[in-house]
Parts: sequence; C-alpha cells; structure tokens
Amino acid sequence: MSILRLDNLTKNFGGLTAVDHVSFTVNEGEIFGLIGPNGSGKTTIFNLINQYYTVSDGKIFFQDTEITHLKTHEIAKIGIGRTFQKVRPLKRLSVEDNVMAAAFARESTFAGARSVARDVLKFCNLDKSSNLLAGSLPIGGRKRLEIAKGLATRPKIILLDETAAGLNPGELDEAIDIIKNIRGKLGITVLIVEHIMKVIMTLSDRIHAIAHGATIAEGTPEEVAKNPTVIESYLGSDYNVEDYLNA
Amino acid sequence: MEEKKTKLLEVSKSEWGILIAAVILPFIFDFSPYVQGLLIFILLWVILGSSWNLLAGFTGQVSFGHAAFFGIGAYAAGIPYMHFKLSPWWGLITGGIAAVILGYLLGVLVFRLKGPYFALGTLASGEILRLVFGEEEWLTNGHVGILYMTTWVSKYPYYFIALALAVGAIISVKIVMKSKAGFYFLSIREDEDAAQALGIDTRKYKNVSMVISTFWAGTAGAFYMIYMGFIDPEVVFALHNISIISILVGIIGGVGTIWGPAIGALVMVFVQELFRSAIFGLAPSWVSGLHALIFGVLVIIVILYLPGGIVGDWHLFKKKFGSSKKLEVSK
Repeated sequence: MSILRLDNLTKNFGGLTAVDHVSFTVNEGEIFGLIGPNGSGKTTIFNLINQYYTVSDGKIFFQDTEITHLKTHEIAKIGIGRTFQKVRPLKRLSVEDNVMAAAFARESTFAGARSVARDVLKFCNLDKSSNLLAGSLPIGGRKRLEIAKGLATRPKIILLDETAAGLNPGELDEAIDIIKNIRGKLGITVLIVEHIMKVIMTLSDRIHAIAHGATIAEGTPEEVAKNPTVIESYLGSDYNVEDYLNA
Repeated sequence: MEEKKTKLLEVSKSEWGILIAAVILPFIFDFSPYVQGLLIFILLWVILGSSWNLLAGFTGQVSFGHAAFFGIGAYAAGIPYMHFKLSPWWGLITGGIAAVILGYLLGVLVFRLKGPYFALGTLASGEILRLVFGEEEWLTNGHVGILYMTTWVSKYPYYFIALALAVGAIISVKIVMKSKAGFYFLSIREDEDAAQALGIDTRKYKNVSMVISTFWAGTAGAFYMIYMGFIDPEVVFALHNISIISILVGIIGGVGTIWGPAIGALVMVFVQELFRSAIFGLAPSWVSGLHALIFGVLVIIVILYLPGGIVGDWHLFKKKFGSSKKLEVSK
C-alpha cells in the first residue's frame, strides 16, 4: 500500500535542475532510504514534499491523494512529519515546550499536549532533559529533539533528514534504535536521508539512490550497494557492502 | 510524582498579594490627586505594554506602531461623541473592536514583512494614521482635537477602572500563553518556518496574536479619552509617547514575560516623574528636561546587563545585588 508517491518530481532553480524527474513510492510500514552524494537533491526533495519549495513539475501523492500544492502546515496536519538536517530547535523554549508546541497539531488542551509530549520525550530518551532550554542541548540531544518534534505531530510517515550525522558511536546506536522503534513500536513509516552507511544499510527495506538530482538506482540495500553506478558516483570502489550488512 | 491538574488560570500567592494591595491601598492612604494620576498612568502603561508584549515579546512581531491601535481606540470613543453626543464610555466596547478591525486589516499588509521590515511597516502605519486623523477635520476635528467633560472629578473611579482593565489584560495574556495559541506564538517567534513544519498555520496565529494585542491597545486608547477628556492626533498617535514607550515598557520590564510590562510601567513612570519633577524639586530645574535622556540610558543599561529585562533576568538581578545565601548553602 503506497503511503507516499512521487511522480516525476522536478525542481528548477533558475537554470539549475536540482531535482530531475524523480519518481518513487514509499509503502506503508517501510523504512525507505534515500541516498546520494552531497548536493544531489535529497534535502530538496524533502523541502518539496513539505512545500518549503514550490514544485516546478510533477506530482506528490499521499495515500493516493494529490498533495502537490498544499501549504506547509497542511502537509504536517495530514500526517507527514519531518526533521531538519540543520537542526531547528525553538531555542528559548524548554525541550518539553518544544515538543508540546508540536503536539498541539493534534491535541487541543494543555494537558493532552503535555501528555503526548512526555510520551514522545521518553521514547526519544529525552525525558531527563525535558526542563532544559532547547538551545542548551548538545548536538545528539538536538537531533533527537528533532525526531521528537516530528513524532509529536503524530505523523503517518516521518521524513528524517540526516538525523544521525555528527553523532558519536554511542549516540549513533541510540539513534538507530529510536528509528527502528519508530516503525516497530509506533508503526510509523520512515523516509530517511542518511550519509552514514551503517545507518542506512542496516535500517532500510529499500533504497533509492540519486545523483545530480536524477535517479540512478532503486532496490534492496544489497542491490543498491552492488550497483556499479552507485559505487562509481557515491560509495567509492573500495566500499564493501558485506561489512555493513553483517555488522 | 504528583501530577498537577492544569487549570485555565493559575494565580500565585504573590499575584493575589499585588492585586489585593492595589485594591486596598487607595482606601488606606489618602493619595493626592497627583499620585492618583501617576497610578492611573502606570496602569494605562501596563495595558499598553501587555498588548505590545503579546505581539512583539511572545509572538516575535516587533511593532513600532502601537500608537495606531491606541489612537484608533481613542477616536472610536471620541468621534461618536463629537458627532452624535454618544457617551465616550461606549468606547470601552467600541475602542477595542475598532482597533481589532484595524489590526486585522493592517495585518494583511504588514505580516507579509518580517523582522525589521515588519517594524518599519508598523511604524509607517502609525504615522499615516496620525497624519490622516490630523487632516480629515470633518471627521476628527483635526488638530483642534475632541474635548469632553469628564464624568467624575475624583480620580479614584478611574483608578479602579484602569485597574480592572490592566488585570483583564494580564489575565488574558496568562490564559492565552497556557493554551495552544500561546505555544504557537512562541514557536512563530523562535522559528517561523520550523513552526510551519509542525503544522502551525503561522499567518492565522499571527492574526490571532494581533487581534488580542490590538483589542487591549484600543481599549487603553478609549480609556484615555474617557479619563483625560481630550484627544488630538499628535497625542494619541504619538510615535515617541505611545509607540516607543510601549516598547520601552516591554524591554525594561522583560520582553516575553507576563509581568514584564507591569514592572516596566512602574519603573518608567517612576523615573519619568522623578526627573520631570527635578527629583522632587531638590535638583536644579534643568534636570527636569533630562527624563528622555534617562530613558535612553536606562534602555542601554538594561539591554547590556539585563537583556531579558527586569523580570526576565530577575535571577541575575538577585545574584548581583541580592544576598549570598545560595553560596553558603552550596559549601
């Protein structure tokens, strides 16, 4: 069952085509990876899905309804949550208030939003930091706060934009567990952009690879990792997929 | 852990104390009309400061044109009186409504602007209204202004009305800031784009903030008409005396704090009178011209040393000037 479908999605910035007729379908309950070199258009695709950018051409469907021209806040309301690669905490609010602000997307009372926020904070291992100012969190905490804010809007699918970048090995394992649980325990579909192969290869059911804004491969992690074009343009020839799949 | 029930409005003991003191003190001490007048002005600034603070301090939309809403409220009380002999007291209802309508319409224009451009847009709005209300004599009596014999000679009734309005303004801010709208205001202040990604209709909630803020500014303007019995465009649409003072009250008291405007108003009026009266006549008379300069110095000091204002940085305040109890305990 398709939950999110891109149909020939295209974005031009002036003469530059940042996203070039990209099509893929994310099925309900999947963890779907999106990979590609720096500047290949991954974050642009996220910004198109949640309408930070207007789509130049092509269509986006959510549960078979077209959502190409909704507004950003409407995208969140219908059930597409997202995190930001460059984290965007509401700095002068406490961690809990950050998540409560997100929880109000589906809750109308203070008590309801607070209870959702506390559940989500616990889920993201942030319950001990809930009274800190969001601006004072270290990067690992900020990345998890991004996930918490995304989850508090109670999405059906969450778009994770490099939530593991910049984390130390301990934090990385924590992040992987959280992402696994997003699908496993919360039943939320995940679309993930990630550079860290350990994360993307162990988590993803399927991977879509792009370069220069255009699709170069799609398939299971093994298929994609063995694809010559992907190796040439992204992974590098010395990359050994077995190291990660068996890790 | 004990789960506290969330009430619509939580009032602390010290807040009850302040309220009771404000009600009782005038009965205990027989304040002179001069002091009564000062108290009323403090309360007027509490209303206007709270109004500005909701939009600027909590929602991050820094208005430099709050005089527009104050003035329109004052004229909403004055114009029906001038033309139809309708009592200006109706202004306590119509003033807020007129300001809300103006605020909503202006919002369509100025909310397209962000940051300093929003500030300039609101500043221009206030100035345009000042000029228009000065020129359109058929409607507003122009610079001659509108004169009205005030209802009471005594200032006490006005004091209690102003107190009720100030309490109303603070309560409304308190309630809103504990609600969904309040969280949305703060999210918009911190990061408007990120707020949208959380499902917040930022345009709508900026308008909500504008509506509540302008309601109180307009009501304050109407009260000014009722209390002073005279308005003209240069007074009620004044950039320096209304728009700028709204900002100063907020900055000195504490931007984005519930009680900031109240403390700010208290400090501002006290400092203003201290210097205007040349330190109660003890200093040479030229000192009385210094109050504007002193405001400037005060704002610089606050921004440098207490960027959160007196209320927002109260903990720093205590650390610098207060007792060293905490240090002893930690040893």
